[in-house]
Amino acid sequence: MRTTALGLFRPGDSAVHRMGAGSKLLILLVLGVTSVLTQHWWWVSAALVTGTLAGYRAAGFGVRVWWTQVRPLWFLLAFTAVAQLLTTGWQRAVGVSGSIVVLVSVAALVTLTTPTAALVDTVVRLAGPLAPLHVDPERVGLFLMVGIRCVPLVADLARQVREAQIARRATTSTRAFVVPMVVRSLREADALGEALVARGVDD
Amino acid sequence: MRIELERVTNTFGEGPTARTVLRDVTLTLTERRIGVIGHNGSGKSTFLRLLNALVLPTSGRVRIDGLDTSRDAKELRRRIGFLFTDPDAQIIMPTVAEDVAFGLRRSGLARPEIDRRVRELLVRFRLDGHADHPAHLLSGGQKQLLALASVLITEPLALVMDEPTTLLDLRNAAMIGRVVAGLDETVLLATHHLDLLDGFERVLVFHEGRVVADAAPDVAIAAYRELMSGEP
Repeated sequence: MRTTALGLFRPGDSAVHRMGAGSKLLILLVLGVTSVLTQHWWWVSAALVTGTLAGYRAAGFGVRVWWTQVRPLWFLLAFTAVAQLLTTGWQRAVGVSGSIVVLVSVAALVTLTTPTAALVDTVVRLAGPLAPLHVDPERVGLFLMVGIRCVPLVADLARQVREAQIARRATTSTRAFVVPMVVRSLREADALGEALVARGVDD
Repeated sequence: MRIELERVTNTFGEGPTARTVLRDVTLTLTERRIGVIGHNGSGKSTFLRLLNALVLPTSGRVRIDGLDTSRDAKELRRRIGFLFTDPDAQIIMPTVAEDVAFGLRRSGLARPEIDRRVRELLVRFRLDGHADHPAHLLSGGQKQLLALASVLITEPLALVMDEPTTLLDLRNAAMIGRVVAGLDETVLLATHHLDLLDGFERVLVFHEGRVVADAAPDVAIAAYRELMSGEP
């Protein structure tokens, strides 16, 4: 079964779905900055996590959908929380872990409730003023598209390489994972590049 | 459509590792259904990539309707769509409808018109029930149909298909074959599923970078089978 870590768009008619992509990206930016600045106040992070969950509810998604987005981070969250707990105390552990959860959850909520094309159009529009600086707004949008596309692609590659590792009884070898993963990622990147050219993206 | 190859040679790499994959190929193709067969590494894929300017000849010239692939790649890619063996490599957007619409991103068409064309193609390929589904979760056959729809949305004059059924089971391969048979566009199809070439006008057999047979399907396939029977 193929997996995806990043929330793919799920059509809906909620207020969150109807909100413009630009507004959602602005909220994401504000929340991101806020959560980083206030991570030493544990109760702010806790409040933001609660607010984020309310956002999922408002979009018509249950806790399960939210958990699907956050679950792949459990190792990072556990590591961060334990490290903070041992060095600075439980308040900071909650604050830092909470801010990570908020950022990932809200970013996923944006992609879950916004068609990729709308997100890309917004990013292209926002990058418009950079055109005189020789920054091609369409290319900035393309970076975003390719980035979103690569998430399931790389996740699937990692799964296949992991399965091959298990089949060859090389589960403890880091090299047996890294080498085929890098080689196959480069090959996939090459193929994706060729497909983009074939579809006239670079014209 | 008139496709002309004049003494085309393609070599990849340099020095002792250099590998020549096409050798002095000269061809003129005007048929609407052209098959390309040969074993792996015979030069089929390079030949097809030359037509969409994904690869340029090391020497010689490729012209399509008078346009030179070395100079007019942009215009040629508008006229010629390319379908890859692995549809996963071709799918760019996360959902089915978005991927089909991707080809019209810079077309200047209004959103409702883009949506109408996308819907039409999805219905034609029976993918309308999957419009908002993640593209990478479709079955192999559906993914190849999606890749085909994503190419057709730009209304190319010709379709170049590089072994589009190699990764599919027999049922899905036959389904793609039926879809290909019903296309109005000129088709150049490389395949190992030889039955897909029924009804084709001309079939080229590649071997070690050269066209060793160029005939109607039954004659060319017989030549290919004979060639393979002599291989170790």
